[in-house]
Amino acid sequence: MAQSSVIRPGHISLRVLDMEPALVHYRERMGLQEVDRDAHGRVYLKGWDEQDWFSVVLREADRPGMDYVGFKVINEAALNTLERDLRAFGCTTERIPADELKHCGERVRFTIPTGHVIELYARKDYMGNGLGRVNPDPWPEGLKGMQAQRFDHCLLYGDDLDGNLKLFTEVLKFDLTEQVVDGDLKLATFLSCSNKVHDIAFIRHPEKGKFHHASFLLGTWEEVLRAADLISMHDISLDLGPTRHGITRGRTIYFFDPSGNRNEVFCGDYTWYPDHQPITWTADQLGRAIFYHDRKLNQNFLSVVT
Amino acid sequence: MNSAAFEIVIEDTGERFTCAAGENILKAMERLQRKGIPVGCRGGGCGVCKVKVNSGAYTARKMSREHVSVDEEAGGVGLACRLFPISDLNVEVVGGLRKSVLAERLRH
Ligand code: FES
Ligand SMILES: [Fe+2]
Repeated sequence: MAQSSVIRPGHISLRVLDMEPALVHYRERMGLQEVDRDAHGRVYLKGWDEQDWFSVVLREADRPGMDYVGFKVINEAALNTLERDLRAFGCTTERIPADELKHCGERVRFTIPTGHVIELYARKDYMGNGLGRVNPDPWPEGLKGMQAQRFDHCLLYGDDLDGNLKLFTEVLKFDLTEQVVDGDLKLATFLSCSNKVHDIAFIRHPEKGKFHHASFLLGTWEEVLRAADLISMHDISLDLGPTRHGITRGRTIYFFDPSGNRNEVFCGDYTWYPDHQPITWTADQLGRAIFYHDRKLNQNFLSVVT
Repeated sequence: MNSAAFEIVIEDTGERFTCAAGENILKAMERLQRKGIPVGCRGGGCGVCKVKVNSGAYTARKMSREHVSVDEEAGGVGLACRLFPISDLNVEVVGGLRKSVLAERLRH
């Protein structure tokens, strides 16, 4: 398996119904830092340990959900090569000009077989994590709420999982790290372009283009419990957790933003290397694959999407 | 302080519960551990708590247009997590949890 020239999911654009409550949620409760706003009313945020200018863009709209997720690639040459390869694969690609999102270079935008919009870009302005690059301290003071470190991955729902798998592995050179199967039918796929066990994941669902969750990294299990305390303290809509996933081994909690978009904060999955072999979960063990302690499926977790 | 409270009737099941002014009807139902309206995101986004209000007055906060059209909203349809009563209400359940492909497969 080849290492990808895609580095990581670098931004996600989420639609919210009302900006002010969304900002209280993402800034004060999850602890993302507001870094900019633009003339379209979009608000830009980042986790404290992210180096680039922003990773979350919020846009007020009449329906919640995800506009797109953007992946950073290693350089401009790789961006051009991937654009060519995507076209050869049969994708229609579009160039979004630099600075359409502030601080972000040109983006190559395309729609994947499940109907989700994905972007690739090579350049984003550097901000740093505020600790400096010479003899830095380990963390900054004054962080808020859950103190999310970074936007980590998203899970999307859609119909053509096989088409997505082909595109992500053959064109973008992601690795399939884990999957849920029922015989030959793939029900869920977890994909990595890095040493993380997933950078994006998909679950089979009859509608195209649905959003399940955006996930943010925390440092420890104790911080996941503290996030659970904050969820009750501030009466945030809880989905479920804290618990452990069989798939990816993540220690996790799920909840909703004030517009009904699902969020996850988690810690403690494992390291993926490109010479590893994928893990398979069978449909008859789905309970423990998803919720390792309960060993039961949760209908809300499986079917509530925006 | 407005200490008014209203009675919500879920016509499908006959379930009745009290909802305080300023509280959405889904939240009141959940707080009192009642059932009848399906619960999802609690934020007006997922559509599973969709109801039709057959009698009574209420205010609605912004709801996903994916799930409630302008015409539906004008006709008394809304998402229970975004509806705030200003009188007693009779509601009928319209929404529900979608089938999950994964859960369906597990049953095979
Ligand atoms: S519970 Fe999701 S819209 Fe009300
Ligand atoms: Fe996740």
